[in-house]
Amino acid sequence: MILVMILAGPLGNVLLGRGMKHVGPLSLWPLPVLLHTALTVFSTPSIWLGIAALITFFISWSLALSWADYSFVRPASSLAYGVVALLGWLILGEHVSPLRWAGIAVICLGVLVVSRTAPKTTPRNPVERVAP
Amino acid sequence: MIGYIVFPTIVLCGTGGELCVSRAMKSVGEAEGFRPAQLLRVAGRAIVEPWMWAGVGMMALAFFSLLGALSAYSVSFVVPVTALDYVAAAFGSVVFLHEHVSPQRWLGLVFVVIGVTMVFLSKS
Repeated sequence: MILVMILAGPLGNVLLGRGMKHVGPLSLWPLPVLLHTALTVFSTPSIWLGIAALITFFISWSLALSWADYSFVRPASSLAYGVVALLGWLILGEHVSPLRWAGIAVICLGVLVVSRTAPKTTPRNPVERVAP
Repeated sequence: MIGYIVFPTIVLCGTGGELCVSRAMKSVGEAEGFRPAQLLRVAGRAIVEPWMWAGVGMMALAFFSLLGALSAYSVSFVVPVTALDYVAAAFGSVVFLHEHVSPQRWLGLVFVVIGVTMVFLSKS
């Protein structure tokens, strides 16, 4: 379930990215222009494929949360930052500079450090502690 | 300019939405298995949870902001920047839930901020 989560999420984002680049610059005002933009966005196949991938991500994420702690699922999903850069480079041909790769690695390191802390570090209320 | 609107919306609504869905799924309970009927039972229980609707609403707002960001920036830039939601969640838990965040957790969040800053600097 975690594997599905860290593949479907980035794939969805990459497909949405491809779709939005296809649509071009967004015009949001006045209202008819906003409606026309929305129509253009939601008639792009890549957007719907991206949404389907993100729905897959959402279902697997919700199911993972039903048996695992949020504090486990969230750090596990951080691998997606690396996967999205990899897919962006492979599928969209994006230039990912060494600085960006390093930044993503530092983000994953940070998430790992956060995930290695105790799930609950808030001291209990003293009043609560003496209560029977 | 668009970044000043869409990135805070993605981070704040995304984190808020995830917390709401997490709370809803804890009430719904564990799935007994992965057969369609069992998954439908979980979906049926989830759909009547108000927290699920609040979460889905906030995540929808975050989603439209994500589309806006993706139209202007590359995917390998947008997604790592949204890692700032860890920092938003930590500040939210301190300010709104009065939780204690340990020094090690703050250290991890400092790494996340440094990483996001590096990704930001790679934009140009």
